Parts: sequence; C-alpha cells; structure tokens
Amino acid sequence: MRHFKSLAFIVSSAALLSACSSPVKLNEAPVVERPVERAAPVAADSRDIRPVETGSVDPLNDPKGELAKRSVYFDYDSFVVRDDGKPIVEKHSAFLNKNKARKVLIQGNTDERGGTEYNLALGQKRAEAVRRAMGSMGVSESQMEAVSLGEEKPKAIGANEAAWAENRRADIVY
Amino acid sequence: MRVMKLMKNILPVVLFGAGLFAATAATSTRAQVRVEIAGVASNQIPVAVAAFADEAMAPAQVSAIIKADLERSGVFKVIDAGTVLSENSAIDYGQWKSRGADALVVGSVRRGADGRLDVRYKLFDTIKAAELSTMANTVQPKSTRLAAHKIADDVYEKLTGTRGAFSTRIAYVTMHNNRDYRLEVADADGEGMVVAAYGKEPIISPAWSPDGTRVAYVSFEDRKPVVYVQNLVTGARKVVSNEKGSNSAPAWSPDGARLAVTLSKDGHSQVYGVNADGSGIRRLSNSNGIDTEPQFSADGRSIYFTSDRSGGPQIYKMSADGGAATRITFKGGYNISPRLSSDGKTLAWISQRDGGFSLYAMDLASGQELRLAEGATEPSFSPNGKYLMYATKGGGRTGLAVVSVDGRVKQRLTTQAGNIREPNWGPFMK
Repeated sequence: MRHFKSLAFIVSSAALLSACSSPVKLNEAPVVERPVERAAPVAADSRDIRPVETGSVDPLNDPKGELAKRSVYFDYDSFVVRDDGKPIVEKHSAFLNKNKARKVLIQGNTDERGGTEYNLALGQKRAEAVRRAMGSMGVSESQMEAVSLGEEKPKAIGANEAAWAENRRADIVY
Repeated sequence: MRVMKLMKNILPVVLFGAGLFAATAATSTRAQVRVEIAGVASNQIPVAVAAFADEAMAPAQVSAIIKADLERSGVFKVIDAGTVLSENSAIDYGQWKSRGADALVVGSVRRGADGRLDVRYKLFDTIKAAELSTMANTVQPKSTRLAAHKIADDVYEKLTGTRGAFSTRIAYVTMHNNRDYRLEVADADGEGMVVAAYGKEPIISPAWSPDGTRVAYVSFEDRKPVVYVQNLVTGARKVVSNEKGSNSAPAWSPDGARLAVTLSKDGHSQVYGVNADGSGIRRLSNSNGIDTEPQFSADGRSIYFTSDRSGGPQIYKMSADGGAATRITFKGGYNISPRLSSDGKTLAWISQRDGGFSLYAMDLASGQELRLAEGATEPSFSPNGKYLMYATKGGGRTGLAVVSVDGRVKQRLTTQAGNIREPNWGPFMK
C-alpha cells in the first residue's frame, strides 16, 4: 500500500471554480535489483583444495536464452493461446516450477479498436488464458498475477492489421 | 515531490466580443481547450445581453462570458444590446421587443467589502414587460468567471425550465508524446484548466464524486490498473481497490458513499461494490463472461453495465445490490459504455453499427433510440441531462465534442496539446 502526502498548502490563485491543490505526481515503474555475488571460503591446510562454484548469469537476462521470448500473440477476437505461443508458456512454466521464489506479472493487451474499459476486460481474458495455461503446467497461483493494459500501452502504433496483430498480446513480466 | 505550477488561463476579452465562430488558429490560443459551435437548436430563444455597468473593474468581462455561455448552449439567439445597462436602468420594453429580443439581461459590477466584487443582474421578459429574475453574487475577483456562469445558469433555467450547467467543470485525460499523461480539470467552457495528476503511465476512467470534491480514476503506475480516489482540494490520494488482477471502471453511487468497480480478482472481469474508503468489497454481477462499466441509475437503486454473457457486449441492468440482470440493448452486436441521465429518463451508450462506433440515446420509457454522433466513444452526461460530452477518434488524434440529447446542438472542443480523451462531466456544485 502506497501512501501519498497530502499537499495541504493553499496556492494563492486557487479559486472556487478551480479549487485544486498542486497536481499529484504518479509513481514511475519500480527498479529491478541485481543479485549479489558471494566470496569463496579460505582453505584450512595449505595443500587442501576446496572447490568453488563460480557465479552464473541469471537465465532471464540472457538475450539469446530460451526465456528471452516473453510475448504470446492472439488472433482477432480470440482469447486462446495459439500453437506458436505454447513453447513460450512451457519454457516459462518450467522456469517458474524450478524457481518457486520467482513471480510473474502477465499483462494482456488489445488493439486500439473499441471501447477503453471493454478492451481492458478483453486484455484481461488474454492474460488469464496464459495464466491458466501456466497453471495447468504446475505453476502455483501465488507466483502469477494476470492483469490487463487494454489498449493503453500499444507496442505498435497504426490503424492497420500489422500494428493490431502486434498489440493482441500477453506479456510475461518478471 | 516536484510541484507543477497551476496553469490557469484567462481567455482575453476581445475573443468573446468577436464571437466564438471567429475562433481560428490565428487568434489567441491561451485557453488550453477551446469550444467551437457546429450546430444549434431548431427554435432558438432570442435574448439580448447588455454590457454590465463597470464590468471593466473585474478581471474578466462578465457580459461576454454570459453571451458565450448562452450562445454555446445552442438554445439562444444572442443579441448584443450594444449598450451598458445596469439592474437599476430604466427598461424600454418596446425597444427590445422591436429588436427581436424576448428577454433582456442587464447588470453591474461593484467593489464590495475587503476587495471582493459584487456582481448583480436582472432578467426581463420583454413580452410580459416584467422582471423575471434577479441575483447578486459576491466573489473574490479571481472567481469572476464563476459569478458570470451562475448568471448564465439562471438565465438558462428561467427561460428553459432546466437547470443550467455553465458553472460546472469537466475532467479529462491528455497524452503528450506517448509518454506524459495528465488528468486535467477545466471549466465547462474549457477555461481555467488545472492539472490534477500527472505521470508517465496512463490514466483512464476519471469519475467525479457526486459532491464534486473528489475524482476516482484508474492509474497504471504500478504496471497494472489500480483504482484511486483523489481529493481535488487537498491532493490526498487513496487506493480504493488494488486487488489481485485488474481494478477499473469506478462509478460513484449517487450518495457518494460507495463505488461500483470492475475487478478480475476471481479470474474474470466482474462488477463489485466497494465503500468509498476501500473497505467492504462485495461481488454484484454474476456471469461467466465479462461484466464491466457499471453505472448507477440516478435514484441509486439500479446499476447498468456492459456484459458479453450473451456472446457480444450488450447493456444490462441489475439491482444496486447485485443479482439477476435484465438486458436493455438488442440492436447490433456491440453495445457498450452505458450512461444514465440525472432525470432518469435517458440511457446513452456507444454502439458499433456499420463498422463505426456511434453515440446513441434511448428514451427509457418508450425504448425509442436516436443516433447522436458518429466516431464517438466514452460519453458523459452533463448534470442537467441535456448534453453529452464524448471523445472523438479519427486521423490519429483524439478530441472532445458535445452534442445535445436531441442531436441538434453540436460543439467541438479543440486543443493543440496532444491527445485528449476520457471526458467526465462534473456535478452541480454550490
């Protein structure tokens, strides 16, 4: 729960008609923290050798890795995970099953045609479709949250099928 | 927290004197949102408006604001009296009748106690040769526009029988460069814009509280939609709903104690009720599909909403306590965004017909429907139920427009600044 300080000071030009305080600044997206490396322990006898496991790259950060693809696309008026989305669902489900502390936000989107709130609900259906698919692969509910961005954050701008197809999409966000 | 300067803009007097029709890009563009008239009522009431005595002492020209309000309503033919007349002037009714005026507006501005302004006015019926109304408002100079709007409201009410909405405010969302979002509040004529909230993530669905002091809205600043209620006067914000999943579509009950919202917490979008402080969430709608866009009826006893339980989205009505719903729209396969007039008589909504999205109004008693505008989304009733403001979509840019409930009066609200959408018309206030 976030708290917002109330700006109680009265601005001198505040009028009856526009009796507003100074505008409220909305939060920016949170920053992801990076993991800390651990140091190797010291050997007790000068001829002892204690093996050390070196640090590894977080598989999520490998741009060529199998977790790099995070977007599942949908056909027009469809809320069913297509065949080409199933490998993405499988790979991220496998990762989440092995890393129970990891959580994902699944963000559903729509193209820009239609009403704002109804599109928010349609985007939700896409996110839920991915969530259910991952759930059926064993990922626990506590690791997933399905939400919608509706038509509000398009990846492609344009009133054409190419842009619309790019925006009919659910993204897996860590 | 950085503070943004209040951006209050006063339109210069000269623009109104020249008439709103002259508004082009070449004229002064200090107003953030400008209103242009494109259609008027079929039978306009001719009203003469005099210059008010000593109105130059106020920071805004009262008679010019009254003339612009009456003209913008589309129901009056405004005649410039061409002279100064105060509420004490002798009135030659015959003269005004012969000039074609059915009514005459006169008044004065005086300096009152402690620097305030005393704005007085009278309305005369030239045919009955009698005084119809009088009013006095004492205001701080910075509230001169409000005093003028209240006079225009009184003229409108006395001559049409309906309460005027000139002294109301509107809220809407602007977007600049695909990155900067602002929730803005302005007077109904587009003047006096103030930024209420701003950030880098979208804001949608602003909804004024019935008493006009708070606004609910949906913000995406947490990477998901969350419903906030912000007190406009203090700037304090409260999260009203941040349940797991999406939280959106806030709508106030007429008594301001509750909101209806759309939550996806149970796996699909349904309508829930919540107290204004965020407590007491309870489910109201019940279907396996999408139920969203709840709106209370004016008497608070029903909730209209959008549901696709029959396949495509249609408008339904249920008790405000939830439960069984009856279907309201049957024409076309895509009917969304129900809005109810304050007198309970009219339902407005958006219908997709012939490929495009149009604004429709239905008389709830007879079921008769009328198409009001094309290329329309996100409608909002004026508090007197006579006009609808909506967002227009076309040519890559969005804008706002107003149409009267009978479809005759049309206005466009233009702005130079990026995209403008999600309008919500504020309530009557004291």
